[in-house]
Amino acid sequence: MKKTWWKILCVVLLFYTIIRGLIGIVPRQPILNETIRNVYFHVPLWFGMMTLMTASMWFAIKYLRNGNIQDDEYSVEFANVAIFFGILGFMTGSLWGQYTWGDWLPKDPKIIAVEVGLLIYSSYFILRSSFEDEQRKARLSAIYNIFAFATFIPLVWILPRLTDSLHPGNGGNPAFGKYDMDNAMRMVFYPAVIGWTLLGVWITSLHIRLRIIERVSSN
Amino acid sequence: MRLFYKTMQELKALIEKEIRLEWRQRYALNGMILYIVSTVFVCYTSFALKVKGIEPITWNTLFWIILLFTAVNSITKSFTQERAGRQLYYYTLASPQGIILSKIIYNIVLLLALSLIGFLIYAAFLGNPVQNLAMYLTAVILGAVGFSSTLTMVAGIASKAENTSTLMAVLSFPVILPMLLMLIRLSKNAMDGLNWSTSYDEILTLLAIDAIVITISYLLFPFLWRS
Repeated sequence: MKKTWWKILCVVLLFYTIIRGLIGIVPRQPILNETIRNVYFHVPLWFGMMTLMTASMWFAIKYLRNGNIQDDEYSVEFANVAIFFGILGFMTGSLWGQYTWGDWLPKDPKIIAVEVGLLIYSSYFILRSSFEDEQRKARLSAIYNIFAFATFIPLVWILPRLTDSLHPGNGGNPAFGKYDMDNAMRMVFYPAVIGWTLLGVWITSLHIRLRIIERVSSN
Repeated sequence: MRLFYKTMQELKALIEKEIRLEWRQRYALNGMILYIVSTVFVCYTSFALKVKGIEPITWNTLFWIILLFTAVNSITKSFTQERAGRQLYYYTLASPQGIILSKIIYNIVLLLALSLIGFLIYAAFLGNPVQNLAMYLTAVILGAVGFSSTLTMVAGIASKAENTSTLMAVLSFPVILPMLLMLIRLSKNAMDGLNWSTSYDEILTLLAIDAIVITISYLLFPFLWRS
């Protein structure tokens, strides 16, 4: 029972986010109106995805350093859940885009960046499925994981800042932090980020356990 | 200092070996040139022959797509043309860093030659709307460096699997996309004849991406080589 505190924290934070997010008072912004509540769901999902991708790369490096197959399992499952969070973030973003920018999929560098990210991790799984040998699969996919992450991060950070973007904080649009979010919103936003990230880690840990059980029982 | 000299010597020997290998099977090089010519010709017959002229944006994008496919096709073989036994032999002789650097440098030279030839053929068939030629060639050079360094590493990964050519495209396209987008922007600026100062951002970003990719390849290749 020692390690359950963060799961309880996760549930509490997410309930807090959902309740405050749906019935809390939010500032009225032109165009955004009530859709600003999506900031509690859409943005933290991206934060969670980036955290999970970083964790995936971290375990890939760890695997290459010591060759422990368990690190590879961590790496894969973090990547798996990162894709899941990416798709969720994509869907919430698309919904939001429809009601504020009038388009399900506007041409926007951030959206392109995320689509590329999803493509990269999909090809990561294709690469994995094309090897039979466990060690070889783990080693080569770890190499690709690190390589892809290192080229993906510049894309995410640099591209939106060079071209015009509809997202706040880029291309002359004001950032959320400055104008749109008041203190009451921040009180929900930061817990939401922590809550969603914890949920991602929780799902991943369950996946990892399943994978380890499968490996042990098949031996 | 001595170590540096020794690595340089190793690099030189390895690059020489690559060039000699290429020269011995000239059909591969000729094949690549013919690949560019026929792709350009297909574009010429399908675009320029029917419609009078071609939009500058289409012209630019088409050129980069042709270059991308040429690069993927020519670099895929850089690890598969030698048999596993001989690779094992190199493994005992040279350091993995030397091997990846020599392959990257060799591929840069190869791709530079191919893309400059490609540019000439392309301009001859489809016209040349570029106003700032020096900047456009800078974009081509940066592109050749970036493409070959990224693709060499991906080719190394893909060569370990069975379906190398499919995997090569699947793995490299998403990784290469940021570079391609920057290159298209930079070369569009060159086509419009904009001043150099407007494109410093793009050139710097491209240089940074190239540096990241080469460093990461240098660090990761020893792990790839070992398997």
